[in-house]
Amino acid sequence: MRKNDFILFAFLLLIAATGYLLYAKLGNREAGMVRVSVDGEVFGTYSLKEDKEIVIHDSNIILIQDECVDMIEADCPDQICVKHKIISKNLETIVCLPNKVVVEIVGGENAVHDALAN
Amino acid sequence: MKTKVAYFGVFTALALIFSYVETLIPIHLGIPGIKLGLANLIVLLVLFKMGTKEAYILTVVRILLAGFLFGSMFSILYSLAGGLVSLTGMWLLKNIDKFSIVGISMVGGVLHNIGQLVVAGFVLETFGVIYYFPVLFVSGTLTGILIGFIAGEMLKRLHKI
Repeated sequence: MRKNDFILFAFLLLIAATGYLLYAKLGNREAGMVRVSVDGEVFGTYSLKEDKEIVIHDSNIILIQDECVDMIEADCPDQICVKHKIISKNLETIVCLPNKVVVEIVGGENAVHDALAN
Repeated sequence: MKTKVAYFGVFTALALIFSYVETLIPIHLGIPGIKLGLANLIVLLVLFKMGTKEAYILTVVRILLAGFLFGSMFSILYSLAGGLVSLTGMWLLKNIDKFSIVGISMVGGVLHNIGQLVVAGFVLETFGVIYYFPVLFVSGTLTGILIGFIAGEMLKRLHKI
């Protein structure tokens, strides 16, 4: 290890911490909706407050319960999305790469995420 | 020259085995993309012992083989993005000659994750994946340090090659 390595280490952690804080700040706003997109197109937007099971194109099933969202079934080979932790905070995302399914939590009225995307 | 080809074969085989071993380690932290990056150990060795060209060839060959054996077309795309971005970063850092192998491996780990994240963002046409950015940044740094240390110790003992 050289001195430069430690500087680099601190620098990398600083970037990560900045990213995290930024996210925590944005994510703190009220989460209200779940947006499901498939292949870049919005499949549907649902309220977090209504418990519901949603079947997405026969390939993935998500469950909205107690204002949390979980991917409960997927026909993809890696099952990474099913093992993904349950999401509930603003901007949290579950992605199923093989099926190109993105499940995002977005704010209610003033969606922060849309502001970012625009 | 003959031994060089033989060594390259051995290294490729090792990298492939490490890719396989990696799939056997069940780490599910609820966030996809966190992994040790064992194959990067071999990429580092080849980069330091054999050369840049060899390291690039090894990366591509290893990813294609591992992808066809254990993965899918998708995993090949993501692995290639991660692997090539990571290797390019490590090569640049090695050329600057201001960092030890641990620092180089650290950047390799982080860039691997970033490369994959960017491809995922493009494929899915969403900014949503940046949600994973901080945690993958930290995990890339930490696993990079570990792999860098091991690679450094291996290099010390492999002076005959």
